[in-house]
Amino acid sequence: MSREAYAPPTLQPQGSNYNSAGADLQAGPTTQYLCGHCNSKVQLKKGDAIRCKECGHRVLYKERTKRMVQFEAR
Amino acid sequence: MAPEPISPEEARRRKIVGVNAETVTNVTSTDFPGHYPGEDHTWSLEKFTENFSVQYHKNAPHDAVFSLIGLDASIANAFRRILIAEIPTLAIEQVFVHNNTSIVHDEVLAARLGLVPLTANRSGLNWLKYRRRIPNDDIGDAREEEQKGEGATDTNTVVLKLQIECKWAEGIKEGETDPNKLYVNSNVYAKHLVFEPQGSQSKHFPEPDGIVRPVNPDILLAKLRPGQVIDLEMFAVKGIGADHAKFSPVAPATYRLLPTIDIVSPILGNDAKKFARCFPKGVIGLEYVTEEESDVMGGELEGKAGEEKAVVRNTFKDTVSRECLRHDEFKGKVKLGRVRDHFIFSVESTGQFESDRLFLESVAILKMKCVRLKRSLANIMK
Repeated sequence: MSREAYAPPTLQPQGSNYNSAGADLQAGPTTQYLCGHCNSKVQLKKGDAIRCKECGHRVLYKERTKRMVQFEAR
Repeated sequence: MAPEPISPEEARRRKIVGVNAETVTNVTSTDFPGHYPGEDHTWSLEKFTENFSVQYHKNAPHDAVFSLIGLDASIANAFRRILIAEIPTLAIEQVFVHNNTSIVHDEVLAARLGLVPLTANRSGLNWLKYRRRIPNDDIGDAREEEQKGEGATDTNTVVLKLQIECKWAEGIKEGETDPNKLYVNSNVYAKHLVFEPQGSQSKHFPEPDGIVRPVNPDILLAKLRPGQVIDLEMFAVKGIGADHAKFSPVAPATYRLLPTIDIVSPILGNDAKKFARCFPKGVIGLEYVTEEESDVMGGELEGKAGEEKAVVRNTFKDTVSRECLRHDEFKGKVKLGRVRDHFIFSVESTGQFESDRLFLESVAILKMKCVRLKRSLANIMK
């Protein structure tokens, strides 16, 4: 079983709101993650190894949404 | 038939609620017309003002204890219920979370923020108007314009902000384990809420002691660890306790009836000491039987001069635990009760207003309701 066999969906939204960390036009959108071990910020592009650049930890977390969420204080 | 005047003993008997070991007797009031044949019990303002009195026992800003004497339970209870549920106060109603990476969930944090008692300049609080609530979906019947609710303006909404981030403290010793020394901002307290005056609010809530602020600055809202952030905005509005308990200005308002203790036949010697121990301190005192009392021939105290007897000192302090009714040696010697028209109110304010002011406010609201009822009745008759 080869892991490379999986093809990610080709239809990706091109809007700038998709990539929160600013797009590198040549290399495609990057997404910011947080390392689960050292909490450093990790920028990942499509096809990058899922690995922290600081400590090599392989568990990365997505950041919380930047959108405002409204609650009733009840 | 002219009614005979009521003797003081009879009047007292009528307004004492009997408290027995397992039962409560004589509960309902009987001072209404037609209950006692030939007696006039019609309500009159003159009679009421003659009998009614107010006594203050304690008047701390956030804790008042006072007695209303000569009042019907329905009116006293109306005051209590208005105090709890119908006096408007300011509380956080909406929370807009921009970022929250703490372990406290957004909705839990929002609920906690709502319960924080706020305070501010009193004239500013009175100047604030209600904001009509944006209704939920389940209110289907409301008309179109009512469904929309009202927009937030500087006259009906107070904006507060909470922006805090936890960091590692600098210059900590090796092996330090105390979180307060290790981290900066590891505890989020109510004092971290920041008031953001909008429009004309800076005039009505002047710096430094008129601003909207939490009553108790040290309410713990959340705990943080390095890297965790809380960044949110809050809208505080006016509301009443009937809508949500966070709007209730008291915590709580209660009343109790003044206890009575009647020692029917004397309790002497060691029994008297035991009797005093059945009550809280200061309720029962001990006195020596005097020569005159023991000289009465055939009296219960004959020849008992110099012995200690139990006397009632201060029933106000009694909790009516009924402990004395459990012991056989006091059987038939003591009668417990409560005065039906003596209400000892205890109003504990959450801090937005002073306790005595809250009670006056409840009287004003009851009066306003009566005026409204009167006007509606007049409209029916038209």
